[in-house]
Amino acid sequence: MNIDLIIQPIYLISAILFILSLLWMGHPSTARRGVFAGIVAMLAAIGGTLFEPGMNYTWIAIPVVIGCVLGVPLAMVPLTAVPQRTALSHAFGGLAAGLVGASEYYLSQATAHHSLSGFEIGALVAEVILGFLTFTGSLMAAGKLMEWIPTRPITYKGQNAMNLSLLGVALLAGVLLVIFPTWWFLFPIIILLALAFGVLLIIPIGGADMPTVIALLNSYAGLSAVAMGFVLDNKLLIAAGALDGSSGLILSIIMCKAMNRSFTNVLFGAFGQVQASSGAVEQRTVKSATAEDAAQIMSAARSVVIIPGYGMAVAQAQHRVRELFDELGREGVDVKFAIHPVAGRMPGHMNVLLAEAEIPYDKLIEMEEINPDMPETDVALIIGANDVINPAARHDKSSPIFGMPIIDADKAKTVFVIKRSMNPGFAGIENELFYGDNTLMLFGDAKAMLTGIVQALKE
Amino acid sequence: MLFDFLPLIAATPPAGSPNSVSHYMTLLFVFTLATFTGLLVIRNVSRLLHTPLMSLTNAISAIAVVGSIVLAGKQETTLSTVLGAVAVAASMTNIVSGFILTDRMLKMFKKRENTKS
Repeated sequence: MNIDLIIQPIYLISAILFILSLLWMGHPSTARRGVFAGIVAMLAAIGGTLFEPGMNYTWIAIPVVIGCVLGVPLAMVPLTAVPQRTALSHAFGGLAAGLVGASEYYLSQATAHHSLSGFEIGALVAEVILGFLTFTGSLMAAGKLMEWIPTRPITYKGQNAMNLSLLGVALLAGVLLVIFPTWWFLFPIIILLALAFGVLLIIPIGGADMPTVIALLNSYAGLSAVAMGFVLDNKLLIAAGALDGSSGLILSIIMCKAMNRSFTNVLFGAFGQVQASSGAVEQRTVKSATAEDAAQIMSAARSVVIIPGYGMAVAQAQHRVRELFDELGREGVDVKFAIHPVAGRMPGHMNVLLAEAEIPYDKLIEMEEINPDMPETDVALIIGANDVINPAARHDKSSPIFGMPIIDADKAKTVFVIKRSMNPGFAGIENELFYGDNTLMLFGDAKAMLTGIVQALKE
Repeated sequence: MLFDFLPLIAATPPAGSPNSVSHYMTLLFVFTLATFTGLLVIRNVSRLLHTPLMSLTNAISAIAVVGSIVLAGKQETTLSTVLGAVAVAASMTNIVSGFILTDRMLKMFKKRENTKS
């Protein structure tokens, strides 16, 4: 019997389940069903593949066990560490694709029946370039997110020209390999160039751009699976890889729009590099307040909008936020959360942290929805956010973030900003909101400050 | 046979399965249609769930495990077996951690206070 009669229908079911999985992921009420569908789809894909004739299962079983052993602790990271875990996971995905591609190539060299057509060599080159650049790029991103590597963008003269020519050389080598398949020495060169390009691509990326870059690397990981599917002649790989690739693409487009920047600008713009030193440093005064003042004003307010940012994640303050939410709720204050699409270090980062603190998700309001309400809001409480509430984005044409949609925190009647010190934020941009007439700064660690406010509210 | 038009997933094409234009076009069709399906489906994912979405697609992109398993299982050369096995381990890590983490995060999304008495 033709073994394809078993494998291909299983693959078809798997592909359908992957689509359903993403469809159900659309809404919180069905999302867990989506995970279940994804698991079944993946098990079907693996199970179907095991039907391949001529397989020896030893060297499948051992790495499967290793993968499970590594995977479980990686799934149990604290939610504040999810961005770096995601980057690391993209690195694994890229590595797998790159290794399979390399292996296929050398197999075609070693054995006659594996000879590759020009189209297949082209796909293989694409797979290897995407796979290995995702590998090193994601490792770099993870390193930056863990702050093992300086998080500020590192730029030098001719950087973009160098990066682009590196990629150009790799692509040229790929084209030559398609035309002259016997030039095997080109293959390791392509791998090395892809590895180097991944590193150099991430060096100039600053923390504020991480959400976009992580989404983009997600897309690359998917596309490398697509290329693998073209090489191996496997439609399931192509379909699932394409779903993943389009997901990453959409997320990065959303992130770009939320910052009013283009792809090329994110990748080659080196956000917030020059700004830190420029700008006439005029001495302006800020008003600061204590936790007790904040508690008093907030308990007298009708509506409070809390605007979280990466600082909340760093301080692990989400559970204190929850206490504040409860306390204010008890006093009859209407508390909502305003979530900027690029707050945090990956798409949706704030939502997950607040959900972890058991804040009902219908209180998490998107920027576009909350902005019309801001002028009627009594208190805006900013916890560790900076650029996403900087009014310079609206009017200061010289600001690097000019044109970026922001949460109109400055329009609230009173603005509280919890901040460690007056140091500018991740992008290194001064924030005039801190000097506003209606702004009161609450200097200190977010967790400690929130504890203080909650304490004062209870009294 | 019903599925004879579907090529083998193994690297060796069956006799008579051509490396022809129409064959590659079939693959391109799958790619194009899947991409558009993906774009339409993902567009409707609530922003609330973008982090879980990303860890789910992490797991899905580990579909590369399929190619890795074939390499590790067929054991044609030492190099292909070793690289295949490493790729299986890397993909399995993503599959396991991706699905568990996604579910862990989704469990936290609650609409309103329930067990508050």
